[in-house]
Amino acid sequence: MNKRKTLPYDETVQCVQCGYCLPACPTYLTMKRETHSPRGRINLVQMAAEGHLSLDELEEPLDLCLGCRACETACPSGVQYGKILEDARGVLAEYKGNRTSTPLRWIEDKMFQNIFPSPKKLQLLTDVIWLYQASGVQAMVHKGKLNHVLSDNLRAFEAVLPKVSSPLKRRKRPRLFKPPIANTLQWKVAFFTGCIMDAIFEKINRLSMELLALAGCEVHVIGEQTCCGALHAHAGRLDDAKILAKRNIEAFERLDVDFIVNNAGGCGGMLVEYDHLFHDDPQWEERAKAFVAKTRDISQVLAQCELPLTKPVNEIITYQRSCHMTNVQKVTTEPLDLIKRIPGVTFREMANPDMCCGSAGIYNVLNYKESMEILDVKMETVKETTATTIVTTNPGCLLQMKLGVQREGLSERVRVVHLAELLAESAELL
Amino acid sequence: MAYRKVDEEILQQVRGIISDDKRILTEKQDLIGYSYDASFGVFLPELVIQPTTAQEVAAVVKLAYEETIPVYPRGQSTSLSGGPLPVEGGIVLDLSHMNKKLEVVPDDLIAIVSPGVLTADIHAAAEQAGLIYPPDPSSSHVSTIGGNLAENSGGPRGLKYGVTKDYVLGLEVVTPQGEIIRTGGRTVKNVTGYDLTKLIVGSEGTLGIITEAILRLIPKPQATAALMAIFDDIVTSGEAISKVLTSGILPAKMEIMDQTCIRAVESYQPSGLPVDAEAIILIEVDGHARAVEEEIREAAKLCEAVGARSVKIATSESERANLWKARKMVSPAITRVKPTKISEDATVPRSQIPAMFARLKKIREKYNVNLVVFGHAGDGNLHPNIVADKRDKDEMKRVEQAVAEIFEAAIELGGTLSGEHGIGNMKAPFMEMELGKAGLEMMQRIKESWDPKNIMNPGKIFPKPGQRLNLTEG
Repeated sequence: MNKRKTLPYDETVQCVQCGYCLPACPTYLTMKRETHSPRGRINLVQMAAEGHLSLDELEEPLDLCLGCRACETACPSGVQYGKILEDARGVLAEYKGNRTSTPLRWIEDKMFQNIFPSPKKLQLLTDVIWLYQASGVQAMVHKGKLNHVLSDNLRAFEAVLPKVSSPLKRRKRPRLFKPPIANTLQWKVAFFTGCIMDAIFEKINRLSMELLALAGCEVHVIGEQTCCGALHAHAGRLDDAKILAKRNIEAFERLDVDFIVNNAGGCGGMLVEYDHLFHDDPQWEERAKAFVAKTRDISQVLAQCELPLTKPVNEIITYQRSCHMTNVQKVTTEPLDLIKRIPGVTFREMANPDMCCGSAGIYNVLNYKESMEILDVKMETVKETTATTIVTTNPGCLLQMKLGVQREGLSERVRVVHLAELLAESAELL
Repeated sequence: MAYRKVDEEILQQVRGIISDDKRILTEKQDLIGYSYDASFGVFLPELVIQPTTAQEVAAVVKLAYEETIPVYPRGQSTSLSGGPLPVEGGIVLDLSHMNKKLEVVPDDLIAIVSPGVLTADIHAAAEQAGLIYPPDPSSSHVSTIGGNLAENSGGPRGLKYGVTKDYVLGLEVVTPQGEIIRTGGRTVKNVTGYDLTKLIVGSEGTLGIITEAILRLIPKPQATAALMAIFDDIVTSGEAISKVLTSGILPAKMEIMDQTCIRAVESYQPSGLPVDAEAIILIEVDGHARAVEEEIREAAKLCEAVGARSVKIATSESERANLWKARKMVSPAITRVKPTKISEDATVPRSQIPAMFARLKKIREKYNVNLVVFGHAGDGNLHPNIVADKRDKDEMKRVEQAVAEIFEAAIELGGTLSGEHGIGNMKAPFMEMELGKAGLEMMQRIKESWDPKNIMNPGKIFPKPGQRLNLTEG
């Protein structure tokens, strides 16, 4: 294999190694060595492309990157770090795939190819979780410490999993949400439901659509949509990501809408870069661009609307930004505007608010120890604000921050909510 | 000089000094991370150590001295001259972990700092006490004070306030033999003996490793004001610079950007710069509020009189910040033109600025290279930058020749090789040109008496016999 052809060499040459990215990188901050900095990783990819380093040696430094892309925001030279990372991971995934066929890989294949893209299978999985929670088995397991059979990382996440909506409620959700008064129609929008989001966080999805309707949007749920493919792309499975992107583009072409609205920072980050996937395919690139042009985070839409935020929320609130919303979608001011519109709120920014919480897709499951080190730094800055509510805009961040609150023993005093939940509370949708 | 390689026996001894194994890096991936800086060349160290105390540094250096192993101090490696590159292999000491001490003593107008503290953090701490630490290299939010001290960094404020060496009162230094010494002290006046403080600052790690510094702070100027003057002709802008400097106003900063810079910055982060202008000058004055107000208006008038297309005085703090943000972005943003950047800091007497512009223009044409100019026009410290593509060997050869001629031009005009980046390994071949044979030999004798085994950052400042500038890899 000619590695130079596949590893993104030309993109790495763009880096002048000025180091401006170093202070922006959470793993450089916590792991404290150049190997785990953006500049270091770019250099390693370049070294590997030039044949000075083997792919095996490249693997760990790339695995330990969160992919938060804060370095891209900090980089004045316009280095496309996200592309370097994804392409290099693609090369690694292919290389590993050719070499080994472990049981772990089989599970990974099933998850990526069968579970995430299939709403039905995810619904079933969620039904099991619901049964586990609603039947009292979860409480029994916790009491008997049976959850200790799980590894540390899985046990941690099992404990902070939200209560999922009942199967009936999930399956009976309407496919159209209309504004309360017909003549207030602002926009016709399609809602991107996501995969995990629509399974585990169905309640947040439903509230999001109700909020949009309340704000004057006609909200459509298109049945044919699927997973955004972000987890696939980040794992170097670019071909899988392309298949999902095509399915979504086709699905959303069925209805002429003003916006395609999502409420998950990570999914949004993927959706607004769909065109990047099809550089070698002009026809799909065009269609992807049209899709991207309509894609919005829910905060961007709501911020332009009148929302009846009537009920005061008398709390100190801080906001944990989703990296992919900040660094990829560049949506930074709208969520803050919305939070500040709520009566009663005292808003307190945490120090270094743009730093990743360490969730990063499934990074926190795969690299639990490293993720928790980043979370610990984050929680220090959260504690300094004395906030009683932490607002997030991405399901991964939401779970991670819940975990952070639990680890700090703050569960009694601090809650973690999605922005849509907070707004719904003030709009008295709850 | 034959150096000993780092082997298992040496590693064992290092493990006896550094308690935490995590701070001893030997894996290939890790070593590669410490093989470069923001200049040229890749040199693999044999070992990287991340000490956290002066005692650890001293013990490692003592071992290195006994065994004759080269040692290279390193901050965050933003160096543009090759300062931290391990050109002879050996041990890199990553001092960015020594960042615990940052103590401002307002009554003495000083700050006491560890070498790994970021310079921007010193700025912030000083400001909280109503003071400033004037040296402000553009990389200050990334670079460590230790690196700034070693390279004698400058920055835009150099015009009025000088460079790093002008703000160092005392140092704690590990000598090449592994002894810990102190130089200078906490007082502004100190004339006891040789001024080793000044000798070590800017010695680029060749005489010792700085493990603590006492910095001089000054009261924060009450007010600042800034303007941007736009020129259709770069030579006219040079005249404006001279005019302002001889008018009795001493600006805090006076910067120039040429058209390529303006366009690069605009394409990175549009901030309303005029992309059709041939040059812009940024001027900032500071001091008493009323004086500042008058001076900035006077400077504006002077620029207009010389022939500026337009002059804009910043009316708010955010407008002023915006102007400087654009300037800070220049250096890395110009790589959008071509990916490889060769950044020079040749400096000429202020009266020679127009002549230097003319020489640079000739060099650009003669070698057909993308030469852009920006820099601290007010103190003659220009940054002729060449952007090229290192994959193009032919172009890089032309760049080598162009760079050599830039140095020649600067020295012929009565200037110097380096205004603020240091010599490193890159400019070592040109040292004799500036200092003369005897002058360079005198420096070498100092180096030999401090470090007879040449273990302390070898390959820097002093050229090897026959060493030439090489940008085509190595």
